[in-house]
Amino acid sequence: MSDTPRLVVGPFNRVEGDLEVHLELAEGYVASARVNAPLYRGFERMLEGKDPRDALTITPRICGICSISQSAAAARALGAAMGVAPTPQGAAMAALIHAVENVSDHLTHFNLFFMPDFARPVYAGHVWHDRAVARFTAIEGSAIRTAVEARAKLMHILGLMAGKWPHTLAIQPGGVTRAPGPRDKIRIETTLRAFRRYLEEVLFGAPLEAFAALSSAEEMMRWQTGDAGLFLEIAQDLRLNDLGRGAGRYMSHGAYPLETGHGFAPGLWGGGLGPLDLSGLTEDLSHAWMLGAEAHPFAGETRPDEAMREGAYSWCKAPRLNGQTFEVGALARQVIDGHPLARDLAGGGVLARVAGRLLEIARTQIFMEELARGIDPAARFMIHAQIPEHARGVGLVEAARGALGHWLRIERGRIAGYQIIAPTTWNFSPRDGQGVPGPLEAALVGAPVGEGETTPVSVQHIVRSFDPCMVCTVH
Amino acid sequence: MNVLWLQASGCGGCTMSLLCAEDPDVFETLGGAGIRFLWHPSLSVETGVEALRILEAVEQGAVALDVLAIEGAIARGPRGTGKFQMLAGTGRSMLDWLRALAPLARDVVAVGTCAAYGGVTSAGGNPSDAVGVQYEGAHAGGVLPPEFRAASGLPVINVAGCPTHPGWVTETLLMLSEGALGAQDLDALGRPLFYAQHLVHHGCPKNEFYEYKASAVGLSDMGCMMEHLGCIGTQAVGDCNIRPWNGEGSCTRGGYPCINCTAPEFEEPRHPFTQTPKVAGIPVGLPTDMPKAWFMALASLSKAATPPRIARNATAPRIEVPPTLRKPRGGT
Repeated sequence: MSDTPRLVVGPFNRVEGDLEVHLELAEGYVASARVNAPLYRGFERMLEGKDPRDALTITPRICGICSISQSAAAARALGAAMGVAPTPQGAAMAALIHAVENVSDHLTHFNLFFMPDFARPVYAGHVWHDRAVARFTAIEGSAIRTAVEARAKLMHILGLMAGKWPHTLAIQPGGVTRAPGPRDKIRIETTLRAFRRYLEEVLFGAPLEAFAALSSAEEMMRWQTGDAGLFLEIAQDLRLNDLGRGAGRYMSHGAYPLETGHGFAPGLWGGGLGPLDLSGLTEDLSHAWMLGAEAHPFAGETRPDEAMREGAYSWCKAPRLNGQTFEVGALARQVIDGHPLARDLAGGGVLARVAGRLLEIARTQIFMEELARGIDPAARFMIHAQIPEHARGVGLVEAARGALGHWLRIERGRIAGYQIIAPTTWNFSPRDGQGVPGPLEAALVGAPVGEGETTPVSVQHIVRSFDPCMVCTVH
Repeated sequence: MNVLWLQASGCGGCTMSLLCAEDPDVFETLGGAGIRFLWHPSLSVETGVEALRILEAVEQGAVALDVLAIEGAIARGPRGTGKFQMLAGTGRSMLDWLRALAPLARDVVAVGTCAAYGGVTSAGGNPSDAVGVQYEGAHAGGVLPPEFRAASGLPVINVAGCPTHPGWVTETLLMLSEGALGAQDLDALGRPLFYAQHLVHHGCPKNEFYEYKASAVGLSDMGCMMEHLGCIGTQAVGDCNIRPWNGEGSCTRGGYPCINCTAPEFEEPRHPFTQTPKVAGIPVGLPTDMPKAWFMALASLSKAATPPRIARNATAPRIEVPPTLRKPRGGT
């Protein structure tokens, strides 16, 4: 085996955070992959001994791109420990704030992180290449410029209701810190109208409702307008759905918990829909530079192996539910929520993941508009409660990249344990004790590697199709 | 002017915030002034070997480096090896890369409080032994020694903030590209004075409440958050309320306290972030440059003089009593 061709891919950019991918090749294909998250900061350790409320300040700073997701998970975990839930209007405003971040992240991913690879010279000669170059050349492309501008304007909702982005303290266990007035409601609606115009003129080139109404992959592949149409044309030509296929097992914690239920439903999917039951959840440490035993996050700990022992290869633990890996993200959410297009795409590869995000952008815009219409400026947006001396609580939310959970234990009024499992911890987990690779590691097997390629473009498409957030992964 | 941007041990939020620059957008703001990224981990096309070639070209002197921008603290652990953050694909720690590249740059910019002083990455016992580029907390000397000067003659420029306002970063880079930022334009902690000579208090919409010490009791109350909720906007540097964030935001406008995120060691305030420490019921910490005796005297006087409108609104989530209307003099 010693003469197996190997590649180390890094620095792997246009992903959030640090990522290194180790590949073994055979006959022009990836035979096996190992994913290394080469950064350790130790947020879970930092939190131990602190006042529980400080989690609301510290955990958003795990990640500058999923900051509000971390806020929301911390607020929910604290709320569960305190026995308090946000007021109905507080929950709806927190959902709107969170949705703005998630849509912004999807937009950033599509335009800045994922699409620029199709402007690479390796694709010269393809019928769509000139358009990809014009629209998506990194930093310069016209689509990138427009997207950055639209994103910044959409985030005015965060300036208004969350003070700033990233790293807000606006989301609290009992609601949100700022009660909107009638004028705020009008501004939010105006900002959303402008963002809808951008989406319909640029990203979809058609009414959002038309994209949200697609009910099969076949129907979707006939979509021709907007940058979504350009992507689908490229995906058809490069057969992106065959690239990096998943196992078809999905998990969602459920997005946007409201008084009336979730905006997007929680659940598990493995060919059929099941309830979200996390009692069989563990984090395996066999291939992580972590010490201790495999444990449920309420019992888990974070002790880095400073010797970085042989056999382990990442700071990322390996979460497993009933011993299985699960893929998380927009596609997972939409499959579990029961959208027919997503159900048709289930088990797919690069195309399915990116299409899942496009579908979710369209549906989330419509959802945000409903939330904005429902703002009641006379309502209560926050209630207050005390931190208990002894309690525990879990906060389960959906970040842009998928299921995010915080498991909090309070003893003598202080944080005694804080464990976090982030979306990319699921997607980019290393192998477990049974040798089962994580979802990305599995998806990379079979990716074609061209003669002389040192940073295979197929590997880049697959990795970026997951929209990894490595800083959340390792926290 | 070229910029090599590296993300060390941080959250990437300063880059994310940078993308919120407006009028014009970040690419036009920088590109229009001839500022281009040699490589940026979130924005550039080059990955893997392509990116490595750029780093090597800089290290070997084949490409002259104008600005080295570091985002995130630098992990020194475990045991001084820096292996808690390896720069992927290079087999070398970020600590090693920073030591190699910093002396080659015309200027070194630490973007964000992590890069400047260690920041949140060094919170809670500092598990990764993280440190700022030229500071360890408030103490000069981080990865680079206190006496380090870049080729321009400037120390590391600390664009502190958690995150940084997009304007702080773009304007620092624009000033550097025009040769308009000198040693006299930095404060004693290396922060550009154009934003660090203001206090977060300046322009805070809660100023009238502050004047009367009409205090919020819980988060979501409209009153001043200094007395009970941990707000240190009267001591924190930043023009956050002069030029707002994301349109019209700021922490205090969002209804939560300023936690002094532009300062070294803000990550360990020694009290819960949203609770003002008190001694015998009296808040600890004075507004900057305010003599204590005067502050106490004025506070008790103004508190006694608080108009009912302001007292009532201070503990409400929205204005319950509007200002009294005055009829114009003269009239019919």
